[in-house]
Amino acid sequence: MLGKTANGLYWMSRSLERAENTSRLIEAGQRLALTRSGDADDEWTPILQTASVYDGYLEKHGDITKDDAVDWMLRATDNPSSVLSSIKAARQNARMVRTAITYEMWEAINGCFMAVKDALARKVSERDLPAVLGMIRQRTALVRGATHGTMLRNDIYDFLRIGTFLERADNTARILDVKYYVLLPAASAVGSNLDNVQWESILRSVSARGGYRMVHGSQVRPREIVQFLILDNRMPRSLNFCCSKLHDNLRYLAHDYGGQTVSYEMAERLASSVKASDVDDVFENGLHEYIQTFLNTIGGLGHQIELDYRFYE
Amino acid sequence: MLDPMQDKPNFDEMWGHEDGLREPYDNFNAWFENEDPARLRAKQREAEDVFRLTGITFNVYGRSEAEERLIPFDIIPRIISAKEWQRLSRGIEQRVRALNAFLHDIYHRQEIVRSGRLPLEMLKQNEAFLPAMCGVTPPGGVYTHIVGIDLVRTGPDEFFVLEDNARTPSGVSYMLENRETMLQMFPELFSKTRVQPVSNYPRDLRRSLAACAPERAGENPRVAVLTPGIFNSAYYEHAFLADQMGVELVEGHDLRVVDGRVAMRTTQGYEPIDVLYRRVDDDFLDPLNFNPDSALGIPGIMDVYRSGGITIANAPGTGIADDKAIYSYMPEIVEFYTGEKAILQNVPTWRCNEPDALQYVLDNLSDLVVKEVHGSGGYGMLIGPTSSKKELAAFRKKLQARPSNYIAQPTLSLSTVPIFTKSGLAPRHVDLRPYVLVSPDRVNITPGGLTRVALKKGSLVVNSSQGGGTKDTWVLGD
Repeated sequence: MLGKTANGLYWMSRSLERAENTSRLIEAGQRLALTRSGDADDEWTPILQTASVYDGYLEKHGDITKDDAVDWMLRATDNPSSVLSSIKAARQNARMVRTAITYEMWEAINGCFMAVKDALARKVSERDLPAVLGMIRQRTALVRGATHGTMLRNDIYDFLRIGTFLERADNTARILDVKYYVLLPAASAVGSNLDNVQWESILRSVSARGGYRMVHGSQVRPREIVQFLILDNRMPRSLNFCCSKLHDNLRYLAHDYGGQTVSYEMAERLASSVKASDVDDVFENGLHEYIQTFLNTIGGLGHQIELDYRFYE
Repeated sequence: MLDPMQDKPNFDEMWGHEDGLREPYDNFNAWFENEDPARLRAKQREAEDVFRLTGITFNVYGRSEAEERLIPFDIIPRIISAKEWQRLSRGIEQRVRALNAFLHDIYHRQEIVRSGRLPLEMLKQNEAFLPAMCGVTPPGGVYTHIVGIDLVRTGPDEFFVLEDNARTPSGVSYMLENRETMLQMFPELFSKTRVQPVSNYPRDLRRSLAACAPERAGENPRVAVLTPGIFNSAYYEHAFLADQMGVELVEGHDLRVVDGRVAMRTTQGYEPIDVLYRRVDDDFLDPLNFNPDSALGIPGIMDVYRSGGITIANAPGTGIADDKAIYSYMPEIVEFYTGEKAILQNVPTWRCNEPDALQYVLDNLSDLVVKEVHGSGGYGMLIGPTSSKKELAAFRKKLQARPSNYIAQPTLSLSTVPIFTKSGLAPRHVDLRPYVLVSPDRVNITPGGLTRVALKKGSLVVNSSQGGGTKDTWVLGD
């Protein structure tokens, strides 16, 4: 496979994952704003920070308002991480790697792009927002389905999965990082209504409310949330799950290509260290510090993958 | 002189000179008459959706944002009988063999110049002539691996070659997708009529390219398609062909010369390739040997080529053979190399660099079509009969300033084929580009080709960049 193709596959799946995550964040933000009294626009700051689009937003708009924040995350063309920009980038990459993906997968991505482009051609009203967000999730799910159902399990698939899980791990970690203060033990003592709403929104932003209930029942507690989102290896968006998938896919590549790479060794170390984490230690040593270290490590891993597989000249 | 049918109605490939349904359309017409127009209109829209979802788009040059557009597709097939096709394909094969012999000759002994059939200036002053190719024989002796011959028709037996595309003829993906779409939409039509398939083209292309590989390549030569990138107007086609052939689609920066061979950067290091089907112009092939500013090319690829280390398809320097000034010598060229009269006629052509011809062209400008010698895509051309006085005057100036830059041809009364409109069938002018594959041991012509149709009533311009559309082209079985 061409290095350029591996690069295109990796970024295609990262962009799709990002579009999906961003639309989920918007939904969580919207929900939070609706269930709160008082000045709800405050809630958009952490949401924008989680999506890593806060600075760009401030430069463009200055004041934080709900309408502008939603529009910035959903359809701003000068925000490279907006849903629209991400879907465009995914489709651009899909065109670039057209020979590596199946017709079904291309059709799903192109169809997703056309539908999202249409729906986001104009500002989305509050009334239409839930339907539009639902459509975006459905369309990206279709792409995932076409990928699973039609792609060979070879190096092409491995690069797709690596992109997906790097982006997902990054996203889950950033949600935890921005909201870490509501998860600290001190906060749990408060146990107020407000915190419940906050905790719920964290789970909602990773589509994990149902899963959490299955595992931990209806009591939402910070310790359990952290346990669930970092360590639970059944939860497909937990750091542990993502890292173990990264490790797997890099191992398949090493096996296929007959030789271990630096990135494989990094992923192996990362996966085993996350797996061995203990939730009490995490709190003891600082949740914020833990997440920061994690974000740095996967950033470095992403860079090493680009080098190992010759994404660029 | 050229148009003996001048006083007759224009030739329509379905209805002839208004003298009744022509035989190749019998089956189709019987089907069509029983169809509900509303259903067909729905099918026409359905076809468009298929194309959009598949991504069969082209980018329009000269737009600020690289915009993707669909080439309009018309659901009425253009139908050619087996007998008509036999004669056409004999003529095409003859012409393509002559083109290859011509290219070999002008880059070696130049017998055609020595014999006085072609003035030396036609080569010497021609930008498309590539001195770097002198004395170089491509692997297998093939210059034009892929050729598109543009044909027009004026009557039942009157076909003319409008131009030869010997560099990188495009559009073959439309030929294939048009047929795919028709098969999906109207399966019943194909079960009633025997239409020769076109779907073998990608396989034939790969086989043909592999057969032209350098000898050292062995049993399984590695083929790749070279594209300028996703912003190129024909990118869809480049990706489509690479995908259908099962080969890599590369850009210049994926390639470099490693140990005297051209190699591509893979996830596991550099791997050599044997045949490069390039969809970039000569100028952008090798910044060391040609355009030093090109970011698209592969430095040193020409040196590998000259040492026989890689096949480049089509060979560098083939552009001289589809030059419009050389075109006017094609009857002589065919005769010189094949010893036979050309089966396919040329459109009579005035070379404006000849004083008498220039005078004639200036005197009759409003009746002629004038084209740039190196132009393509319908840009920079004048269609006399449909131009205003102002346009004629402006063009006259350009012509006088650089006569050698132009050729002129009479306006032919091109044949029409019906298209499907809101008010039923309506005749529109068409041309035809059959695709030809050349390997050392054979010339392979896909039955049919790409029919381009001018969708505007009365228009003669079929180029997609100027509002043309396409049709599925049927060659009937014996």
